[in-house]
Amino acid sequence: MFNEPLAKIIFGRLGWESFPIHEPILLVTFAGVVVLGTAILVLVTKYRLWGYLWTEWFTSVDHKKIGIMYIILGVIMLLRGFADALMMRSQQALAFGANEGYLNAHHYDQVFTAHGTIMIFFVAIPLVVGLINYVMPLQIGARDVAFPFLNNLSFWLTVAGALLVMVSLFVGEFSRAGWLNYVPVSNLQNSPDTGPDYYLWALQIAGIGTTLSGINMVVTIIKMRAPGMTMMKMPIFCWTALCSNVLVVAIFPILTAAFAMLMLDRYVGTDFFTNDLGGNPMMYWNLVWIWGHPEVYVLVLPVFGIYSEITSTFTGKRLFGYSSMVYATVVIAILSFLVWLHHFFTMGSGASVNSFFGIATMVISIPTGAKIFNWLFTMYRGRIRFELPMMWVVAFMLTFTVGGMTGVLLAVPPADFVLHNSLFLVAHFHNVIIGGVVFGLFAGIDYWSPKAFGFKLDPFWGKVHFWGWVIGYWVAWTPIYIVGLMGATRRLRHFDDPAMQPFFIVAAIGALIIAVGIAGFLIQIFVSIRNREKLRDTTGDPWNARTLEWSIASPPPAYNFAHTPVIHDLDAWYDMKNRNASRPTSGFSPIHMPRNTGMGVILSGLALALGFAMVWYMWWLAVLSAVGLLVLSIAHTFNYNRDYFIPADEVTRQEDARTRLLAAGA
Amino acid sequence: MNEATHNHGHHGDAHAPGEMEGHGSRKGYLIGFLLSVVLTAIPFWLVMTGTLSTQVTAIAIIALAVVQILVHTVCFLHVNTRSEGGWTLLAYAFAAVIVLIVISGSLWIMYHLNTNMMPVVQTGMGS
Repeated sequence: MFNEPLAKIIFGRLGWESFPIHEPILLVTFAGVVVLGTAILVLVTKYRLWGYLWTEWFTSVDHKKIGIMYIILGVIMLLRGFADALMMRSQQALAFGANEGYLNAHHYDQVFTAHGTIMIFFVAIPLVVGLINYVMPLQIGARDVAFPFLNNLSFWLTVAGALLVMVSLFVGEFSRAGWLNYVPVSNLQNSPDTGPDYYLWALQIAGIGTTLSGINMVVTIIKMRAPGMTMMKMPIFCWTALCSNVLVVAIFPILTAAFAMLMLDRYVGTDFFTNDLGGNPMMYWNLVWIWGHPEVYVLVLPVFGIYSEITSTFTGKRLFGYSSMVYATVVIAILSFLVWLHHFFTMGSGASVNSFFGIATMVISIPTGAKIFNWLFTMYRGRIRFELPMMWVVAFMLTFTVGGMTGVLLAVPPADFVLHNSLFLVAHFHNVIIGGVVFGLFAGIDYWSPKAFGFKLDPFWGKVHFWGWVIGYWVAWTPIYIVGLMGATRRLRHFDDPAMQPFFIVAAIGALIIAVGIAGFLIQIFVSIRNREKLRDTTGDPWNARTLEWSIASPPPAYNFAHTPVIHDLDAWYDMKNRNASRPTSGFSPIHMPRNTGMGVILSGLALALGFAMVWYMWWLAVLSAVGLLVLSIAHTFNYNRDYFIPADEVTRQEDARTRLLAAGA
Repeated sequence: MNEATHNHGHHGDAHAPGEMEGHGSRKGYLIGFLLSVVLTAIPFWLVMTGTLSTQVTAIAIIALAVVQILVHTVCFLHVNTRSEGGWTLLAYAFAAVIVLIVISGSLWIMYHLNTNMMPVVQTGMGS
């Protein structure tokens, strides 16, 4: 009787019943995670890697290492999100008529919520941010980003958010309110459990990371370009990265504000998004979609940049219509702010509102279509080399165009009244996100891996990866388009009409083909590391590419450029090769670099503790970690020991090694 | 703060301009302060005396608030066409456009919320 209130004070609402021991699927998963996690910990300890990981990676402020860590995070979370996808596909293939399938409604709702949340916030964003982080500073001839420590902190905050989502799998439960945590389902009276709180805290923490990263990238691109690189001589990927990050800075505060109001509703009892006291749930939809639609372009614009770089490189031609590509990107970025209502045409607005947003939506397809034509004209009469990155580009153009067309269909408000919340809509956005964003990220990984690691990725397993995803996508999502037109709505775990079952079975087979693709990706990485000597590239420019990142060694030295390059033309490296510009081999001076710091990890650990404590009402821990966050953030500003010089000898040694490699290769 | 200094360090040759800008004079701050005080005092005076009708008072307060935002922008944030080679002004204009779209769009949408919802009470296109 003494223990009861004490436990309440210490553990808040966390009790034995919070652990899902009644869910066999979760128990098995948990056992798997424990075994795998222990194995990794044991191996890292056995090979004494902790020190190495801490000093060389976790505390690193090097944009290249942070980029790689972002990509690793994205790939790991992709596996989790895809496991959710397989569960949904198999459940829907099974659950017809009397068969209830194997997931109850409570669990199924969490699965689709987690799938969407993870795939957007912890797969797509980390992969996009990771590629921008790695490539953009190299393309503009910079030595790091504008705020190196902030970059490290952004990454670890994203990790903290991801961890909070993962913890919700085994401690308590996740939200059941869809990937945007819709009210009224996520209101306190409808979801008194921890689900929406996990969602809100995870995304608030990760969202701060994304916002900071957005500011960082914008400042880097505007302030740190190499001399001579005017805005219109900037590689197209940097332009798309700039527009994407400007969008991030503009929209994430809106999402943060919307989530903060929902938090107040849930924790303090305000009525922003209830039906009482002047509150309105639709205001939440309005706010999250003001964030949500530009977010689509945050993801897809940099990926358009990746496609542009690859098309230009692998056709051996300058990008067709560079300036029109830049303008199209800027126009898309601005128009993306004028279309958010198309996510809720059926809310009840009148004809004038719906037609305004419908037409604005259709207008976006014009600059996007212009981009497709630019890529086609770049390929036209080019010497196309169908290596892996280029294969992804072609698959993207075929797949994405179909997705774009169904999008224009959905933009017609009367049609949307039929298709809203149907599986047709779900098929549409998977079509553009898989066919657009995901294909492009894989293309980018195949394209820039030789730069990051010094060896190409294995082409055979890369093709398994490629065909698994492309064929799998079409097999999985074509039937979903069809059942959507037949009237199947989204977020259902059980259907009655047996005529639909064959379609869902085909879709499940498609998901399995994608699984083969993902396995191909993992094997590709493993095989490439094993055969790295055979796949080694000593030139630093294995694709005969055109932009500045290919002018330096692979992997690049910590300082990137021994001498800051001077830019004369759009495709700077191609221009240098054309003019037979010689690489400077002497006269190096010490290079001023930012010093590593563990503060990013520590602050993010505290943020994680704060999130967990708030989810479970452990007020003492919440106060403690919040105070810790505040004190340490301020204390860190007094740490002036933040930089060091790479001595000229060290620079000379690394550059001489490259000179010898180049001579041996020539 | 320190990070900025530091980056100027290892890019020392690239950019010195932009460094000294963005610091106002004592005169600028004083003008801004006086204008802000006046622009704050007028709404108080309007409300306390009740000179104007409620609706006009509300509109006046909003108008004065917008003017005050501009005063802060110019006098305290030093946004002008020269600072950072025009980037500050561009960023400010972009932010203004986005805020305008978000606020006016949300108002339009939320006032249109029930147009197509049951029950229909009014006869025509009243709003």
